[in-house]
Parts: sequence; C-alpha cells; structure tokens
Amino acid sequence: MALLSVNGLKVDFTTRNGVTHAVDDVSFSVDKGEITAIIGESGSGKSVACYSLLGLLPMPPASIEGGTAEFEGRDLLRMSVAELRAVRGRDIAMVFQDPMTCLNPYMTVGDQLVEPLLCHRRMPREEARERAIALLEEVGLRDPGTTIDQYPHQFSGGMRQRVMIAMALINEPKLLIADEPTTALDVTIQAQILRLLADLQKRHDVGVIFISHDLAVVADIADHIVVMEKGRVVERGDRRAIFENAEHPYTRKLLAAIPGGSKVPAESVGEDLVRVDHLCTWFGQGKHREPVKAVDDVSFTIRRGEILGLVGESGSGKSTIGRSLLRLVPVTSGEVNFDGVDVTALEGKALKQMRRRMQMIFQDPYASLNPRMTVFDTLAEPLLLHGIESRKSVEQGVLKLMDDVGLARAFIRKYPHEFSGGQRQRIAIGRALATRPEFVVADEPVSALDVTIQAQILELMLALGKEYGLTMLFVSHDLAVVRHIADRIIVLYKGRIVEQGPAEQLFEQPAEAYTRQLLESIPGRQLL
Amino acid sequence: MWKFVASRLLQAVPVILAVITVTFFLVRVAPGGPFDSEKAVIPEVKAALEAQYRLDQPLFQQYVAYLGDLAQGELGPSFKYPGRSVNELIAAGLPATAELGLYALLVAICIGGVAGVIASLKPNTAQDYIPMSLAMIGICMPTFLLGPLLVLVFGIHLEWLPVSGWGDMPGDKLLPSLTLGAAYAAYVARLSRAGMLEVLSQDYIRTARAKGLPEWQVITRHALRGGLMPVVAFLGPAFAGLLAGSFVVETIFQIPGLGRFYVQAAFNRDYTMILGTTVFLSTLIVLFNLASDVLAAWLNPRLRSQFGEA
Repeated sequence: MALLSVNGLKVDFTTRNGVTHAVDDVSFSVDKGEITAIIGESGSGKSVACYSLLGLLPMPPASIEGGTAEFEGRDLLRMSVAELRAVRGRDIAMVFQDPMTCLNPYMTVGDQLVEPLLCHRRMPREEARERAIALLEEVGLRDPGTTIDQYPHQFSGGMRQRVMIAMALINEPKLLIADEPTTALDVTIQAQILRLLADLQKRHDVGVIFISHDLAVVADIADHIVVMEKGRVVERGDRRAIFENAEHPYTRKLLAAIPGGSKVPAESVGEDLVRVDHLCTWFGQGKHREPVKAVDDVSFTIRRGEILGLVGESGSGKSTIGRSLLRLVPVTSGEVNFDGVDVTALEGKALKQMRRRMQMIFQDPYASLNPRMTVFDTLAEPLLLHGIESRKSVEQGVLKLMDDVGLARAFIRKYPHEFSGGQRQRIAIGRALATRPEFVVADEPVSALDVTIQAQILELMLALGKEYGLTMLFVSHDLAVVRHIADRIIVLYKGRIVEQGPAEQLFEQPAEAYTRQLLESIPGRQLL
Repeated sequence: MWKFVASRLLQAVPVILAVITVTFFLVRVAPGGPFDSEKAVIPEVKAALEAQYRLDQPLFQQYVAYLGDLAQGELGPSFKYPGRSVNELIAAGLPATAELGLYALLVAICIGGVAGVIASLKPNTAQDYIPMSLAMIGICMPTFLLGPLLVLVFGIHLEWLPVSGWGDMPGDKLLPSLTLGAAYAAYVARLSRAGMLEVLSQDYIRTARAKGLPEWQVITRHALRGGLMPVVAFLGPAFAGLLAGSFVVETIFQIPGLGRFYVQAAFNRDYTMILGTTVFLSTLIVLFNLASDVLAAWLNPRLRSQFGEA
C-alpha cells in the first residue's frame, strides 16, 4: 500500500490578473522506502503540488480546489491547521533547494536541529542535542560535537545542505520531500549529496519525493518518475520506462536537454588572441594574515575563434580568472596579453577602449540586470557609451540585438522582473554583445537555469559565437555543460591548473585523478 | 571588536571638534551679546564683565582658550547664572532629562515594537492598517499638540494623572514619557513592520514552518531577531534625539531638565552654556550611535564573527 497517494489534486492561484491553475488534476503516489521523482521546468507546478500537501503555500493567493492526499489513512488536505502542523516535521519532513537561505542565520545549527525534537516529542534538550550530534556525524559532518554550536554562515553550501538533511531526518519521518535539494550546489557536491540521500533513504526506510527540473539528477536514484508540464502530469512510469521508452514529447525534450556529447572542434582557429602568463590574483585580508591565493600562477592561451572551457568547484578561482582578464578585479602579478597589449598595464581611456573589445556574461540573470532599467535602457547604454550608435539610430541597434538573441521586439519597454530566467540571460547576452566584442567571458551563464532553458541558451551562445566570430572563455562547475560548448578545457583546483587539453581527450582519457573525480560527478552519466 | 570600538571613538574626535568650531563661531556671529539688554549698562561695567569672561580678547584667542579648558573637562562659567559653571548646570539638568529620555525610549520600543510586529503578521488587513494609521498620526502630530491633549484628557477631564511636575506626585512621569515617546514609537512601529515583513518572506521561515513549529514560535524564535534589527540600528540616533528634543515636553510639564537650559541659553546668548550643552549632547549622540552599532553587530552572528577575526 502506498505511503502517500495523491489523487486529482487541484491548486489555483488567484491574482489580479485572474486565476491560474497551477496544479491541475495531479495524481501520484509514493511507496514506503521508495523514491518518487517529480520532474518539470520552473512553473510546472511540481513544488506547488508538494507544498500544498503540507499547508506551506500562502493562502491566499493559493487555494486547494480539489483532490485528496491520503497519508496513512488520513487525508492531508482535510486536516485542521493544528493536525497538519503535527504531521509536518514529524511524519513528513522537507529539504529545500537553497541551503544558503533556508537556515536561520541568527541561530546556531544545533538550536535549529533540535527544534523538531523539542516541538514534537518534548524531548529533554540534552538528549535532543546528543541525537543531533549523532545525526550530523551520520550525514558526514566532521567534528559534529564542535560544529553543532556554529552558525550557518560558517558552513559551505554542501555542508549546509547536509545540515538541512539531518534536520529533516531527525524525527525519523516516514516521508521526505526534497525540493531541488542539489540544484544550488556544484556538480561534485551534488554527487555527494545524492549519494547521501539515497544511502539515508535506504537506511532509514523513508519514502522520498524528489523534485527536480533535471532528469539526469534522478537517473541514478529514482524508483518512479512523474513528469509534469504546466500543472499537469504528462507521463509517469518507473525509471527504466521513462529513460528508455519515453512517449510524451515533453519527456523527450527533457531527456534531449541533458547536456551530452561534445561539439565538433572549430576548424578555423587562428593565432593566439589572449595569452595569460603567470597570473596571480590574491585577496589581502589585512596586514597580519596570509592573503587568499584565489588564482596562483596560472598560464594559458586562447586562440582567436576558440571557446575555452574553465572548469572547477566553487573556490577554485575560475570566476576570478575571468574577472582578472577583464580587469574587474586587481591583478596581483603576471601578465594578461590581449591581441598584443598587456591589459594589466592599461589605464583610463585605453582601458575603456579595451573593455569595448572584451565583455562579460554573468551567472545570475536575476541579479546582474538593473531592475530599474528596461530592455531598451540596458541594451542602449553600451551602444551609446562606446559611440557605436547615435541617439537616432540606437533603437535600430537595440532591435537588431534583440533579434540576434531571440527576444521578441515587443518586449523592448519591459523590465527584467517581467521576464523568465532564460529570457533574462538572453538580455544579458545581448548587453555583452552590444559593443561587438571580440572576446567574451561567460561566467556560469547557465547555472541558474532549468535544463531545458540551459540547452537553449547554450545553442544560442554557440550560434552567436559563430555569427559574431567570438572568442570565448566559458566558466562553469559543470563538465557536461562545458563539454557541450568548449573546444578545449582547463581544469582548475584551488587556484592552479590541474589539467588542460582538447575537450574530447579530457573526457576520454583524463590524466589526473581530480579530473576523473569531476567526470564521475556528472549526474546520469551512464545515459550519455 | 575592541579595535572597532576604538577606531570609531577616534573617528568621533574630528566630528565633535567640527561641531564645537561651527557652534563657537556661529553663536558669536549671531547678532546681540550676552550682556546686551533693554537696560543700558554703564560702559565701564560692561567692559569689566567682558574682560572677566575673556570676551575682549581676539576671537581666535578665545577659541583656543576654550579648547584648552575643554581638554581639561571644563566647560566654563555660565554668563547668565553668575557663580555657576556650565558643568554644574548640566549636572543639575541631566538626571531629569536622561530619565525622561529613557522612559520615552521604553515607550517607543514597547508600543512601537508590538504594534509593528502585530501589523506585519497580517499585512494589508485591518490588523495592519489600524496600527500603521495610528503610527502615521503619531509621526505627524507635534509634541506641543499631543502633550496638552493628553493633559486635557487624562489630567483635567478624567483626573487620573497629574498635569505637571517630575517626581513630585505618583504617576506624574507617565504623561511626559508618553508625549515624548509617541513619535518615536511610530517610527519604531514602521521600522519593525518593514523588518518583520522582510524576514517573514525569507526561506528559513518556511523551513521553520515545515518543521511543524507552532506559528507563535516561528515568530518569536525565528523571525523577531532578524526583524527587529532595523529598530536596533535606530535606537542610537533615537535616544540622542530624545535627549536633545525633550525641550518642548520639559516646558509643557514643568520638568527641571537640560532642554530648558539649552533653549534659554540660546535666547540669552549664554555662549559657554550653548557650547557646553552642544558639546555634551553631540558626544552623547556619537556614543549612542556607536553603542547601537555594537549592539547590532553583537546580535548578528555574521557580523560578530567578522569582528572576532578583525
């Protein structure tokens, strides 16, 4: 018998613009000790469906319009607030997406961990603390007896997610709902957390609902897969059936979006455009402390027309290299040679001239666009600043850019918040291309996006690269993504180059242990 | 932490020096002098008086001499209260003013904080609109109107509370504290509402709810601390403002405080008294701002560990 069976769930959102059927007649079930994955893009209603079961949606604007959700013989949707509260955190626990924001920054990890025990079982504080320490040990935190008294900001993202998982499991729940638990993490950390979740799920015999936008992530762990699109379930089945015989076109689209294969290396690569010699970028921490060596003696070249992939975990210095090349952070020593000119020595007007030729695309399209500027303002600014278009012709220039990056012309007066993540990244790409640069640094341009959108943006970048004759430095933590777009790859670890080579060679015959570890972290790699 | 406090104290020195300099020259530029009055004073007497208070010396010399006295903690003799020093006058007025300021601050925090939190729990409903409208009225209503109104209602019509005085009758401190604290309570209400709304939309509040905590625990354990941070940052400037702004309330309720001396000194061109009070109050303002920054840092673990490392 199913642990949880949801039947005909309907959730509406009532806003000023009318009623949206966020979840429309959705049914699925989770068995004891099994993992059911719910897969879909942002806005497909997968999270809303699960939040509504626990009464975690703000009502209004949300309202549950129908359906049942049987959990151990009781209907969650018909429970009183107090009954539901007693279920939350005791029988059904949750792990959320972003471990950076989901822990209370004002409370120690320990205080937050023991709360479910104190609240649901009235366990004495000392006993609860013992239990929390044991569980922290189980989820792989070093020295839990000490770290339990630290605050969340003292932990890395991966460690925080381990804490979140411990917090969810502390009451031995029967069902765990994990909402994109690895999306905010690096690929290597993601692999660790997935392994941990699968392992704990078996040991504690809990049913799991695993929500994700990425089929590849659940390829190794899910027993059943439910695919949702626009509030409806379009396909369901066990893992094998979905991965081998997907029937619905949307499922196939999701499968096709998993980055795989590598591009054909560009034939016509020219002379060296960028030459980096013994680059060091250190960040001082005051007189008496060792500086952080974010980039430590790194040398490489990028040839004209080439896309170079720069891969590493958070803290490997990959973004800092990108910023150093564009002089967005001060370089400590070394030389960055761009088309025969040492960029590190440029000042004032010469630097501005150079900036026109080198541009950057940032990771988070939600944060990197000025929310008070329309698409027109954002795209027109670089055109006017660098004198590429006159006041009269600027509108034509902006429209041309919008065509190039695939934005409908009608959006020209809209503000960033009116766009989806993928569309925003298109605006950001358009802004970077406005000055007709020769060289672009793309810093994790698709990491904040759903897989399907990610695939579209990668295609766009490849196409634009050709059209504009771009040379590109593509920075990412995700080897699968880099393989898809880069001709050559550099693997970084702690500010130094571990390995570099043509993309295909690096994948087929990795020379270094660290590269192999990165390759093994790619989710669902047996699918490739 | 101590390094931070020390560097902030050092930064305060030029600030206070600038305040002294500007005030010193401004009061002397203002028309009239301490010994001008309707009655003509014999020139010899006036000259003798001016000599006694060093007013016959060149302006710059007076300035240097004043700074010299100040360095020894001496604020000089009062021009209008012969035989009494400014130090004595401040010492006499401060207790009442400080006490009044403290009570007013308590009023502001208690009433304002509670109102703001209550409003934030059900935004854009009557529970939000009513306290926030009251807060708006509180901000708009000048103390010289609110004071007499309170006196009229509670002192004269209902006869519950004394209409004036300070420490003479039981309950006579209540109305002045309410009058002075009302506007600040309104600011605190708005700040705490905004802070709470911000925090309540955070992901970690959802985490707390997902744990099954009762709603009141979600508020008290998880939301309050972060939500009231803006109020903490406001406390320093607020307390300083309360001390400096208590003049109207002290006048309405006949309270022997510092504020009255301050304003009378300005009318009388009592140079040393004006300067002394200004120096004293600006020092307090700097100190209270520092104290509220330190408190805010201490309440926030992220800032605290930064200080710990520095």
